Amino acid sequence: MFLVAGVLGALALALAWPVPVLLSRAAWPSRAPAVALALWQAIALAGGLSMIGCLLAFGSAAAGSFPAAVAQLAPALLDGPVPSAFGALEIAALALAGAVALLLILNLAFTAVRAERERRKQHQLVDVLSHPLPDDPRTRVLAHPALLAYCVPGIRTTTVLTDGLIEVLDRDELAAVIAHERTHLGQLHHLVRLAFRAWHSAIPWFPIANRAERSVVTLTEMLADDGARRLVGTDALRGALERVGNAGESGSFPDATPGASPDAAMLAARLVRLERLDRLDASTGDRGAAQDLPRGLPGLVLATSVGLVAISLTGYAAILGIVP
Amino acid sequence: MASLGELERSVMEMLWTNDAALTANELRDTLAVRDGSGRVVATTTMLTVLSRLERKGFVSRSRVMRPHRYRALLSREEHTAELMHEVLDQSTDRAAALARFVGTVSEGEANTLRRLLDELAHH
Repeated sequence: MFLVAGVLGALALALAWPVPVLLSRAAWPSRAPAVALALWQAIALAGGLSMIGCLLAFGSAAAGSFPAAVAQLAPALLDGPVPSAFGALEIAALALAGAVALLLILNLAFTAVRAERERRKQHQLVDVLSHPLPDDPRTRVLAHPALLAYCVPGIRTTTVLTDGLIEVLDRDELAAVIAHERTHLGQLHHLVRLAFRAWHSAIPWFPIANRAERSVVTLTEMLADDGARRLVGTDALRGALERVGNAGESGSFPDATPGASPDAAMLAARLVRLERLDRLDASTGDRGAAQDLPRGLPGLVLATSVGLVAISLTGYAAILGIVP
Repeated sequence: MASLGELERSVMEMLWTNDAALTANELRDTLAVRDGSGRVVATTTMLTVLSRLERKGFVSRSRVMRPHRYRALLSREEHTAELMHEVLDQSTDRAAALARFVGTVSEGEANTLRRLLDELAHH
């Protein structure tokens, strides 16, 4: 059991600090945003599981397994002394495990409920305030001068454009914007963002949570860019990004400034990426061609992602006494 | 047959252009004229639409006398300001509700907008 606690503890530490820092600095994720997004999710999931698992394993070591520890401790909850095998540290570890699990789960639930309420509100306002495009009822136009496009996910999805945006973008650029938003909706980016938002708001003082959320937002933007590129082409998308331009992407936490302040760094990263992809397209003559990744890297990343989650789940099997 | 959503929008357009409070029948008749097609929606449909709009906080109903009269609760501009405020607000979980923008307002515009919205909010 101490071995399990040690392994999970080491994993939790690695996933809490060095691994996310390295990943958020790495260059390859912009070339393989989909597998990088999978890796981020595996890191968050395995990180949370292993941290809680480490505490559970340490706290129940004296009893041999978590169910056995519960069986021994449950009577003491009502009356009677705590079994002598359990010291203050063990009890504290078990209590902390419960508290952390509760914090993460409740935060996810509250974030999801608030997001759902907000989505419903948006649909109501958008339905009444905007009119649908004649040839595309899922895209709606809002009379407002701001340069803005966004999408409202849900069972019924809507992409909203403003008058102002339609005025400054040409036809292809608008198509690119719509394709970009549709990709967000189609790939359910709001769900993965929601999870990372909840994680961030559960531990707002933890800089890695902010870094992780930013990376995840950037990756979903890149995936949406790829959707637009495939459908409309790189030029139109770049044109749209440059035109709404100094605006930039605001779907993130710029570290210090709250509000709709544009995130210039994220926009720059996307534009640099599009330029590189453009050159690549030109040299291979194939739009959306395979990116210039080292062969085998996506497979390796996916295997790592599965491995991280598998290790933490194996730890739980040991904690529950399913495997010795 | 127009969808309920389209009817809601048309009804709000009428209430926004009319300052006075209107009854369901008046709204139904105005809609038929505006529409130009001569199609008349059933009064029950109109009442359904109005009670949906009331539930969503778009119209208020005066029950002082029969038939009940309806008026827009806020102006179109105020609702638009509310919507923009929620879309631009990054400080809460609202951002998580909407998969984000491709582009948004420029920094100067965002500041102006926020100021306007704040003024509206404190109004």
